[in-house]
Amino acid sequence: MPTFEGYERSDGPAGVRNYVAVLPVSIAASAIADEIADRAGEQVRSTPHQMGRDPPAAARAQIERTLTGVGCNPNVGAALVVAFGTERIDADEIADGIADAGRPVETLSVRESGGTTAAVEAGVDAAGELWDEIGDHRRVECDVSELRFGVECGGSDATSGIAANPAVGVACDRLVEDGGTATFSETPEFIGAEHILAERCVDESVRERLLERVDRREAAAELMGVDLRGAQPTPGNQEGGLTTIEEKSLGAITKGGTTPVRGIVDYAAELPVGGGLVLMDTPGYDVESVVGKVAGGAQIVAFTTGRGSTTGNPIAPVIKVTGNPKTADRLANNMDVDASTVLDGESLDVVGDRIYERLRSVASGERTAAERRRLEEFAINELQPNELAELRGEV
Amino acid sequence: MKGEVLGGCGLHMAAEDNVVTAIDDLAAGTTIPYGDERIELDADVPFGHKVALVAFDPGDAVVKYGEVIGQATEAIDPGEWVHTHNAESRRGRGDVAAEEEVA
Repeated sequence: MPTFEGYERSDGPAGVRNYVAVLPVSIAASAIADEIADRAGEQVRSTPHQMGRDPPAAARAQIERTLTGVGCNPNVGAALVVAFGTERIDADEIADGIADAGRPVETLSVRESGGTTAAVEAGVDAAGELWDEIGDHRRVECDVSELRFGVECGGSDATSGIAANPAVGVACDRLVEDGGTATFSETPEFIGAEHILAERCVDESVRERLLERVDRREAAAELMGVDLRGAQPTPGNQEGGLTTIEEKSLGAITKGGTTPVRGIVDYAAELPVGGGLVLMDTPGYDVESVVGKVAGGAQIVAFTTGRGSTTGNPIAPVIKVTGNPKTADRLANNMDVDASTVLDGESLDVVGDRIYERLRSVASGERTAAERRRLEEFAINELQPNELAELRGEV
Repeated sequence: MKGEVLGGCGLHMAAEDNVVTAIDDLAAGTTIPYGDERIELDADVPFGHKVALVAFDPGDAVVKYGEVIGQATEAIDPGEWVHTHNAESRRGRGDVAAEEEVA
């Protein structure tokens, strides 16, 4: 069985990194969290975001689930939860959820610390103490079946569905064959390709759930009397040759490979370990979608792009794959795998094996282009008014 | 890669596809062999964009990946560039749903 060198965790699968995460509960604590992480050193990572202090109840539940999930990601060895102090989101509750996963965790309130300067100082001290607790963890040999592999695409063009996505799909198939979990998301980008996914669902309940989620995303557009054209495919996708959402979707779903669809989980909900191919219901915004999967436990991500993207993540390494030869050339410093060789006739299996190889080397500590440059985007999906109404049963 | 490259420049991803994808920037006048014919491009087609292999009437399905990706909005000749100016999605069409409601 293939292996990687990872950090064992007491409660679940191994991590591929060993960080102290600094998690702000709102935008009011985000700059403080950043400052703490900047001063505390490279082993400390912050997750700044835009969520407000007093979001509606359903939105709050999603933010809490996301932050708790990120704190429980196997790449996080310990966590510091930072609040401004007036938020409705309870920092202690998030900390408790992370502590339940067996991680050392502390909380910090800017207000109780006596302002931002004191909070940063206290936060740097706390992060240092947390690092002392986990800094002596060493990598050990772990089975690849412990990996939850998140795949994402962004800045797609015609090469995405021809080269990069199906090549990443081959890597997903390899991991699933070896007992791991692969996951992809962005439900709006199933539209027009959902019949193919539906046919691959393991049972009727998964199939119904998948189709219901796709209907809901499509209905959201219809409810507003607008159509997806113009927004999906995006103007950039269109410039890259993609004419319709169906065409984009048919290319996008190939990044998950060809194995049966075993389930579909909510945004930021926990992904099963050893679960085969599992989908996550997320919006079609790549940064939020990556964060949803990391909150679901994905330790490592592959991100395909045609037109170009440099996106990374503070907690999970992001392997960049492009199938566009011009992007491979122009953004060579930001890409990890050049899949454009597929267009010259290299087989998808060979390129997919190369991605699977890279997956294991990055899992074992090799740094990605985004990690070397500390490119770390983080955003939480904010539920929209129509989604909140639906959750309250008003629609 | 899935499919067959026609004339070294047009990727035909599935046998039933009625368009090919340009895997290079193609100049007007380029010809692509398709069955017993040669399809001639009437204008430049950029890398990654699609070329019609057959004649389309408005409403005809555009097929790529062996799947319907949308429909023609006007008549399209073989060799023409197929994109948002002459083809559109059939899905996520809240505008159509709204029109039907009014009608």
